[in-house]
Amino acid sequence: MSGHPSQAAVALPVPGCTEPRVTQERGQRAVFCGLTSIIWLHRKIQDAFFLVVGSRTCAHLIQSAAGVMIFAEPRFATAVLQDRDLAGIADCNDELDRVVAQVIERRPEIKTIFLVSSCPSEVIKLDLANAAQRLGGHYAGRVRFAEYSGSGIETTFTQGEDSCLKGLVADLPKAPADRRSLLIVGTLPDIVEDQFSRLFGELGVGPVHFLPARSSTDLVAVGPDTSFLLAQPYLGETARALLKRGARAISAPFPLGAEGTREWLRAAANAWDVAPERFEQVIAAPLARAERAVARQREALRGKRISFLPDSQLEIPLARFLQRECGMQLLEVGTPYLDQQMSAAELPLLPGGVRITEGQDLDRQLDRVRADRPDLTVCGLGIANPLEAEGLRTKWSIELMFTPIQGFDQAGDLAELFTRPLNRQNRLGF
Amino acid sequence: MELTFWTYEGPPHVGAIRVVTSMEGVHMVLHSPQGDTYADLLFTMIERQGKRPPVTYTTFQARDLGGDTAGLVIRTLREACDRFKPRVMVVGDSCTAELLQDQPGSLASGAELSVPIVPLELSAYSRKENWGASETFYHLVRGLLAARAPAPGWERPARGDERRPRVNLLGPSALGFRCRDDVVEITRLLASVGVDVHVTAPAGATPEDLLRIPEADANVCLYPEIARTACSWLQRTFKQPTIETVPIGVGATCDFLREIGEVTGVDVSAAVVEAQSRLPWYSRSVDSTYLTGKRVFVFGDASHAVAAARIARDELGFDVVGLGTYARESAREVRAAAKVYGVDPLITDNYLEVEARISELQPELVLGTQMERHIAKRLGIGCAVISTPAHVQDYPARYSPQMGFEGANVIFDSWVHPLMMGLEEHLLTMFREDFEFNDVATPSHLASLGGHSQRPAEGELAVAAPEDGVAWESDAEHELKKIPFFVRGKARRNTEKFALERGMQNISVETLYEAKAHYGR
Repeated sequence: MSGHPSQAAVALPVPGCTEPRVTQERGQRAVFCGLTSIIWLHRKIQDAFFLVVGSRTCAHLIQSAAGVMIFAEPRFATAVLQDRDLAGIADCNDELDRVVAQVIERRPEIKTIFLVSSCPSEVIKLDLANAAQRLGGHYAGRVRFAEYSGSGIETTFTQGEDSCLKGLVADLPKAPADRRSLLIVGTLPDIVEDQFSRLFGELGVGPVHFLPARSSTDLVAVGPDTSFLLAQPYLGETARALLKRGARAISAPFPLGAEGTREWLRAAANAWDVAPERFEQVIAAPLARAERAVARQREALRGKRISFLPDSQLEIPLARFLQRECGMQLLEVGTPYLDQQMSAAELPLLPGGVRITEGQDLDRQLDRVRADRPDLTVCGLGIANPLEAEGLRTKWSIELMFTPIQGFDQAGDLAELFTRPLNRQNRLGF
Repeated sequence: MELTFWTYEGPPHVGAIRVVTSMEGVHMVLHSPQGDTYADLLFTMIERQGKRPPVTYTTFQARDLGGDTAGLVIRTLREACDRFKPRVMVVGDSCTAELLQDQPGSLASGAELSVPIVPLELSAYSRKENWGASETFYHLVRGLLAARAPAPGWERPARGDERRPRVNLLGPSALGFRCRDDVVEITRLLASVGVDVHVTAPAGATPEDLLRIPEADANVCLYPEIARTACSWLQRTFKQPTIETVPIGVGATCDFLREIGEVTGVDVSAAVVEAQSRLPWYSRSVDSTYLTGKRVFVFGDASHAVAAARIARDELGFDVVGLGTYARESAREVRAAAKVYGVDPLITDNYLEVEARISELQPELVLGTQMERHIAKRLGIGCAVISTPAHVQDYPARYSPQMGFEGANVIFDSWVHPLMMGLEEHLLTMFREDFEFNDVATPSHLASLGGHSQRPAEGELAVAAPEDGVAWESDAEHELKKIPFFVRGKARRNTEKFALERGMQNISVETLYEAKAHYGR
C-alpha cells in the first residue's frame, strides 16, 4: 500500500486549452504580515502561547486585525522592543528571559511558547532560534519552546501559519516504518476537522492526524509511510519540510465547495485504494447536501463578475469554486504569492485566459478594479469601505479565515458569504 | 522589552497618519514593511471613512534589504507625487524602517520634488500614537509657517473694531474622540458669544488653511494631546494666546467661555448665566437622588479623564474613587487632579494594572476607554466610554458631542444609562426574595452582557476569604445574603475590615450590624 504513488485529482472535466495568464506585479502592497495568523493559530492550539518579539506596531496590528479585542486575557502578547534594547543598554536575551518568566508566571498552564520574530527583531538579527533552545533547556519538562518568523518582510498574512507549521515539522518524532497514516495539514475549525474525521473513518482511510493538533504536546510521528494532504493552499514551505522528512504528498484541489471537497477526499481515498463504489456511497449524502446548499446561492451569484485583491492565497481555490460551482465570471484573481506546485491541481480547473496577478501594486490594481467595476470585489478590511463608497460591493477577505468554509457541510455557507453583500444591496433602498 | 497584551496607543506613525488623514491636500509616504498597511483599517473600519488614508507605504520586503531601500523611498515619493498631486508631502518611517536608517525625510528633501516636504522623526521605540500625532501637527504648522515668523520683539497689534474676534480650533483629528461633533458644538457656542472660528485644524484643514492660523486672535487648544505643542509654538512665535480650558462639562464650558471673554474682550456673562444645558436640572431632579455617592472609576487620556472626574463629582454627585491615565506625557495634570479628589493616581499603560485597580476598588460605574469597557464587562460593572482608544460604536451616527452644553446633555444620558435605573434598584431590593426577581436576575440594562453568568462570583471581586482567619458564622453569612447583591461585596469587605481591626475571630449577625453602623453613610 505504501508504494501507492501520490496522484492528482482525476475524472474532472478537461479544462480550457488556454493556460491562465499570470502577471507578476511589484509595488505597494496592502496586506497583513504573518503575525496576523496568530489570531487563528492561538484559537486552534489551546495550550500554546504566542510571544511576538517586536514593536508596539506588532501589538497594535494584532489587536486591530482581530477586529475586536478578544474578551479574555489573550494567549498571545508582544515583547515590545525599546530604545534601551536597541542601544545595547539592555541585553536582549536577558530581557527576553525576563518577559518569558512573566508569561509563565501568569499562565502556568501553558505547554508551549512560540517565540515569533517580527520585522524589527529580524532587522536587528535577534536570534530567536537560539533563544528558544536556551529557554527550552531552562524550562525542560515544563514548557516547550518553538520559534518562527511572522515578520512582514518575510511572510504575508497566511504565510505566518506556513512558517509556524514548518517549524513544528522539524520537531515531529520519526514514525516507525510500515505504520501508514494520513496527515491533514493546515488549521481547520474543530467542527470541520470532526466532519472530515468521520468521513475518513467511513472510507476506511487512516489513521488520520491533523497538523496543527489541538494540543501542542500532541506530536504526530512522521516518516516515509506518512501521506499528507494540504487542507490550506498557503502551506508550501510546510509541505516541502514534510517531503524532506520522507512523507508523501497527495495532490488535490482544496476542500472548498462541493466539488473541491469531493476531489480532496477522493485523492485520499485513491491513495488508500478505496473502491470507487464505496467512495461514492460514503460521500453521496453529504455531497448531495452540499450541492443543494450551493444551488440555493447560485441563483444570486450566476453571471456576476468578481475580482480578488491579494490577501490569503485562498484566492485561486475560491475563484475556482465561484466560477465552476456558482457560475460567477472571474475578472482578476490577485494573490500575494502563487505557488505553482501547491496549486497544481487547482490551476487547470480555472477557465482559460483568466487574469491572475501575483504580488501587488495597489494603486494600479485599484485603477483596474475601478475600470472593471466588478459586481463583487474580495479585498482586505482597509480597502473594503473605500470601494463601497465608490459604489462597489465588497467581501472582506479576512472573514474567510475566521469562518468555517471547508468541507461539504460548509459549502453553502461559503457561497452565502458572497451572496450576502449582493443580497444586502438588493434590500437597501438606496 | 515590555510585555504587552493589549495596548492603549498605537505606534507614533499611526498618530502621524491620523493627522494627515484629517487634512485635505496632504499626502504621506511612510517607509515601512507591508504589514504596517493595517493602519488603513483603523480609519476605514473603526471610523467608517469612505477613503483610504492619504498614505503610500514603501512596503519593503526582506529581498529589498540587501539592495537599495533608499531608492525605493525615492521611487515611492515620485510616484505618490505624480498620482496624488499633494500640496504638502509628509515623509516618515515606521519602527522597522527607523532601524534601516535610510532617513526618508532627508532623501525626500534631496529628491527635488515639486512639493514642500515635511520630514518627521517618529522615535518608534520610545514614543506612542498621541505623541506622533502631536509631533506631526506641530511640524506641519511650523514647516509651513516658520518662514512667515515675525521678527523677535514683534507685538501682535490689538484687534480693531472692524471685525469680530476670531479663534482657531486646534487638535480635532481623525480617530479622535467625538471630534466631528465637538467642532460643530464649539463653533456654535463661540458664535453665540460673537466669536468666529477662523481655522479648524487638522480636521478638514488644507495646507492653505494652516497658513491662515496666525490671522486669528487666539488658539483654542481643544485637544491638548494633539495641539499643545503647536499652540505653544504659535504663542511664542506669533504671540497668539492659547485658550487652555477643555470645555467638557457644564462647569468647564462656563470656564471656557470666561477664558474666551478675557482673551477676546467679548462679554460672555449672559451665556454663562444661561448655561443652556439640561444637565444641571436633570441632576437636581429627584429621580437623580439615587446617583448620590455612586462610586466611579475614571481612566482615559489625560484631558478627558480630568474633565470626567470634575463632572462626576461636581455635576452628578458621584464619588470619584479612582483616576488615572495611560498617557505618561500628561501624568502631571492627572496627579494634580487626583490630589483634588483624594485618590491615588494610576499612571500606567498596562491594562492589567488598571483591571487590578478596578477589581480592588469595586466601583459602581467605570468611565474609561474601550479597554476599561472590556474590564467592566468582565466584572459586571456598568461602563461609559469617555476617551480613545475607541471602537466603531464610539463613532455614532447621531449628533453626540462631548464638549459644550449639548455635550453635557449627551454625557448625562450616556453615563446615567449604564447605572441601574433608580426605580429598578428599589424594586430589586423590595423583591429580592422573589423567585423571578432575585439576585442572579440580571438588571435589564446589563442583559446584553449575556445574563447573570457574566457576573463574577462575589469572592472574585477581590473580597477573597480574609487572610487572618476571621470567619463568618452561618447566621451572619445568611444575613449577608439578604443584602442586595450590588452592595453585598462592599458590606462583606467592610465587615471583615471592621472585625480585623478589632481583633475579632468570628463575624456574627451582631458584628455585621455593628460594622454597618460604623461605616454608615
